[in-house]
Amino acid sequence: MASIVAVIASTHHPFYYKASTATGEDRPPFADEWTRKILAFRETLTRANPDVLVMVGSDHFHQLWLDNMPQFLVGKAPFYDANWYNEEREFGLPRMLLKGQEDLSAHVLRAGLDAGFDLAFSNELRIDHSITCPIITLRPEADLPIVPIYTNIFAPPLPQPSRFVKLGETIRQIVEQWPSDLRVAIIGTGHLSLELGGPRQFGPHGPDPEFDRRAVEWIASGDLDNCLREVTLDSLHSPGNATHGFMDFMLMMGVAGAGAKADHVDTLDLFHTMEAYFTWYPNGVPA
Amino acid sequence: MSKYLLNKFLYTVDRDPELVERYRDEPREMVTWWEAERANSVLNCHTGEASTWLRFDDAEREALIAHDHVRLFELGAHPFLTLTLFIAMFERDNTEPLEYQKAYGMRLAHFALPYPDIAT
Repeated sequence: MASIVAVIASTHHPFYYKASTATGEDRPPFADEWTRKILAFRETLTRANPDVLVMVGSDHFHQLWLDNMPQFLVGKAPFYDANWYNEEREFGLPRMLLKGQEDLSAHVLRAGLDAGFDLAFSNELRIDHSITCPIITLRPEADLPIVPIYTNIFAPPLPQPSRFVKLGETIRQIVEQWPSDLRVAIIGTGHLSLELGGPRQFGPHGPDPEFDRRAVEWIASGDLDNCLREVTLDSLHSPGNATHGFMDFMLMMGVAGAGAKADHVDTLDLFHTMEAYFTWYPNGVPA
Repeated sequence: MSKYLLNKFLYTVDRDPELVERYRDEPREMVTWWEAERANSVLNCHTGEASTWLRFDDAEREALIAHDHVRLFELGAHPFLTLTLFIAMFERDNTEPLEYQKAYGMRLAHFALPYPDIAT
């Protein structure tokens, strides 16, 4: 059976690419520290030596639209083009082409359907920065095949937070049951407190530093009990109007498992958001 | 109320560079044209099938024509769509980083929680 060699959760800040590649006067003052933290984070994936990446993210109204909106969708294709015109325009993100691990996609779909998740699928999926940001930060060579999994954190009505956790737990089991010798890393990105298009956007910190502090503690310690007790679809409006992206972190807590302490925890207090990076090694820290 | 149609406008214009410029430069002409020619396109149909019933109400049409992102927020347009398109149109006028984005937030400062419902 396949082995899960790393579970990784992080924020996906679309400005990292531009900040980290900027030079001279264009380079923002926080770029050096940010880059140092990302290189340390990248090393946590590199040392796990994965063959395949399962990538959890959320389409930002690129390919998935309100006339036909899935709650959870799995890509099943041999290739995925990546990044969109408006991400090029606003964030300077490059166009990318990623390989797909189609047999694992088929396995996730079949086993997910049988486990009670009526997963949608796509045979032609252009992925966006929720998946390419962690490729850029963690595996900039973009050389490993992926299985993209999209969640709806964006267009209400949304699934309940507990459903995200359950899906994470189920993905973990499904991947562990994949009849393959390959080494799989499961990577998901979301947000801590975040406001987009509202009065609290683009402040000197994230809109709710206290929520961020507690959220980092929940994730780092695998404290699903308190997280699920305090987080509801309604409560997530309070830290910021785009904070429902935190449910992708909850999904990744489900993958890591209740009570699982992260082996790598790091944060960076930036304007606009708190960045956060977590890695778990289910089979122990690689030598 | 047609929050869905407001979102459809923001979504389809944002992804088309020519429409972004046209909306910036000639909003009344562009919104009128879009409602007449594009509002009813079924986006997932490659053969050009169309719906028959989608139209803005007057407040929505005027908010779009006025580039009034505060009113769009109040009407329940999806804030991410509004922000993305408005950054595309107006960030270029910045004289310092994030100037437009911060001013955009300040203009919404009178909104307290709960914000207008964005469910469609």
